[in-house]
Amino acid sequence: MSDSSRRSNLVAWFDQRLGWSTIKEVAMHKRVPMHKHSIWYYLGGMTLFCFLVQIITGIFLLLYYRPTAEGAFESVEFIMTEVPFGWLMRSLHSWSANLMIFFAFVHLFSVFFMKAYRKPRELTWISGAFLLILSLGFGFSGYLLPWNQLAYFATKVGTDILGQIPVIGHWLLVVARGGDNVTGATLTRFFGVHVAILPMITTFFLLAHLALVQKQGMSIPIGDEYKNCRQMPFFPNFALRDLVGWTLALGTLVLLASIFPWELGEKADALASAPAGIRPEWFFCFMFQTLKYIPGKVWFINGELLGILGFGIGGLALILVPFLDRKAAHEQRNTIMTAIGWVVILYIIVFTVLAYMD
Amino acid sequence: MRAKRFDIARLGVLTAALALLVVLWPGSAGVSYASSCIDCHSAFDDPEISGPAKKFHDDVHFQKGLSCVDCHGGNASKGYDEGDPDLAHDRKAGFVGAPKTADIPKFCARCHSDIEYMKKYNPKLRVDQYLEYRSSVHGKRLESGDTKVATCVSCHGVHDIMPVKDTRAPVYKTNVAKTCSGCHSNAKYMEPYHIPTNQFDLYSASVHGEKLLKEGDLAAPTCNNCHGNHGATPPGLMSVSNSCGECHANNLEYFNESPHKEAFADLGVGECDACHGHHDVNKTNDTMLGVGDEAICVTCHDQGDPGYQTAAAMATEFDTLKAMLGEARTLLNKAERGGVNVSLGKFDLHTADDALVKARTAVHYFDTSKFNPIIVSGVSATENVMDLGNKAMWDLKLRQIGLGFTLPLVLLVALALYLKIRQIERRKPIP
Repeated sequence: MSDSSRRSNLVAWFDQRLGWSTIKEVAMHKRVPMHKHSIWYYLGGMTLFCFLVQIITGIFLLLYYRPTAEGAFESVEFIMTEVPFGWLMRSLHSWSANLMIFFAFVHLFSVFFMKAYRKPRELTWISGAFLLILSLGFGFSGYLLPWNQLAYFATKVGTDILGQIPVIGHWLLVVARGGDNVTGATLTRFFGVHVAILPMITTFFLLAHLALVQKQGMSIPIGDEYKNCRQMPFFPNFALRDLVGWTLALGTLVLLASIFPWELGEKADALASAPAGIRPEWFFCFMFQTLKYIPGKVWFINGELLGILGFGIGGLALILVPFLDRKAAHEQRNTIMTAIGWVVILYIIVFTVLAYMD
Repeated sequence: MRAKRFDIARLGVLTAALALLVVLWPGSAGVSYASSCIDCHSAFDDPEISGPAKKFHDDVHFQKGLSCVDCHGGNASKGYDEGDPDLAHDRKAGFVGAPKTADIPKFCARCHSDIEYMKKYNPKLRVDQYLEYRSSVHGKRLESGDTKVATCVSCHGVHDIMPVKDTRAPVYKTNVAKTCSGCHSNAKYMEPYHIPTNQFDLYSASVHGEKLLKEGDLAAPTCNNCHGNHGATPPGLMSVSNSCGECHANNLEYFNESPHKEAFADLGVGECDACHGHHDVNKTNDTMLGVGDEAICVTCHDQGDPGYQTAAAMATEFDTLKAMLGEARTLLNKAERGGVNVSLGKFDLHTADDALVKARTAVHYFDTSKFNPIIVSGVSATENVMDLGNKAMWDLKLRQIGLGFTLPLVLLVALALYLKIRQIERRKPIP
């Protein structure tokens, strides 16, 4: 028996059991529209790539990380100084986390402006919105894990906000912190959330999101000029282009991790005064800055509470976008929704810049 | 009719209760007792008479519940209403008026040397000030009839006396030098005593003055830390070092073990002040050690004598450690700027820095056999830092090499993929 026939027998053996020829068939027949906005189709894949880097580097870090107030900082220091390529793994993890959230935001807005959430892709949008919220959760929980001064106080400020919610605020704060204050219990809790709870929920939403994208294919923007656009085979044409993007993203990550390794800072000290210019990660800055601008009392309502309520409504509106834009559902352009999108982008950029200038 | 009688009774009880409340209200009796003196004195235009009454509210004695009569005697409840001050200034009621300068220390000591009395106000407060004062130059001169010297009120003020911890008090640590200089910098006032009057200027420019007066560092000494306060005396030639040793304990200990101890005593020169000065103690620097142009050692030691050689040897050892530390620090900073975590190196750098600080103190041994082991420990710690620094630099180099290989490789893969796409699409164009 020749080598090639042996190989085809093996392929056939697996195909009988896994049925991957069906998947291959679907991929071969899947088409990706080609038009002037096709570039945005690659952003979902880019976000996915960063997520995969997160999983790989995260597993590596997990081998050495110790989730206790006494050992967390030292273990990260050990990873960065003693473990071969530990510094690279940690820096890749941190950089790719930030890039993942950046790409997730850009992906969300590109989908928003192309109205790709319209019927029948409402569930794809909702699962994507949840994935963005989960990514922010990853960012918030992961930020505390090195147990350094900046992360400690940023987490203190971040969880303090929870306490402002009426009736259940204090309870939520205690649940988040594992007590009244940010302590080793908070660290252990955040670690559990970061490496077990969030990954479990994210896997569910991610699989659902990907399955929906595969089932419904890429959305074509509203407008006659897109109706008869050319179609590119997903495999191998689009998949290979995706791979080029991933390869370049990997290069960028390695470059960033090598030239700008993620700093560790000073070990958290509850008795020390809060470091100057304390602020959360960049993706929370617009919310943080907004809360700073809201007066202590607006009429009779607590200002911070009003801000939280506003962000809550904003989050809900984001999830419900497909149902709020009735025009898009009828294949009509909605300039008001587009304008709202630009205002939100402008608001996020301006308030983030203001937070960094403060 | 019954109701009216009841109302009158109720009104009577209420009035009595109010009267009782006024009488028993805490402090009310004390304040009214003092204020009859204060009311009368405050009414005068002459600041000499009204001044004490106006200032007294800020005085610690007033705040502790004491009144004018507690010091001056007399009858505070009389005189003001009658318009006759003699009734208040009644000698039979113990009125003593303002004490004469020569009597002030004794006047204050009536209470301040009474241990039982002072315990009522502050059990921690010392009661030996009068005894100390009598042993001071000020006290001795006062007893010999010189009333120009400082007494209690010269430093603490009068009628507006504040606790030492009150920043407004003339005896608060940062104000002491200025208070002393009130007399000691007044050339005309000090003329009969034939002592210098530039101490304040010298002190203000010294390292101690800079620290205390400009930086507000309360750990820095002021006049009374070396001279004493109530027992103020110029320290003797040989006891200056004991004053310095109060803070610079190790320096004193090493100096006492050094060959300089005996040599200085034989020569009849001061100890610390021989090299560092006294009021004008300058911030030390490393060039003071050795045989260079700025070295102090060459003031006494000539080339060829053993002291000269010791100074040269110590300076060489010290400069070696210092140079190595500088090199190690530069190495770590370079690696850190390159993005390598050097926290372990920085930790060890503290140990090496400590050795350098110890060496600066150990200079006072003036003996290479005791000085060199400290340098050796510093050099060993610095070598450790250098090793870690070199390792960090090697890590940095590896990263650069790794990056140099990885990036072209990544670009090559991307290019290969791009060419593959072109090849595929040339063979089977997208419809």
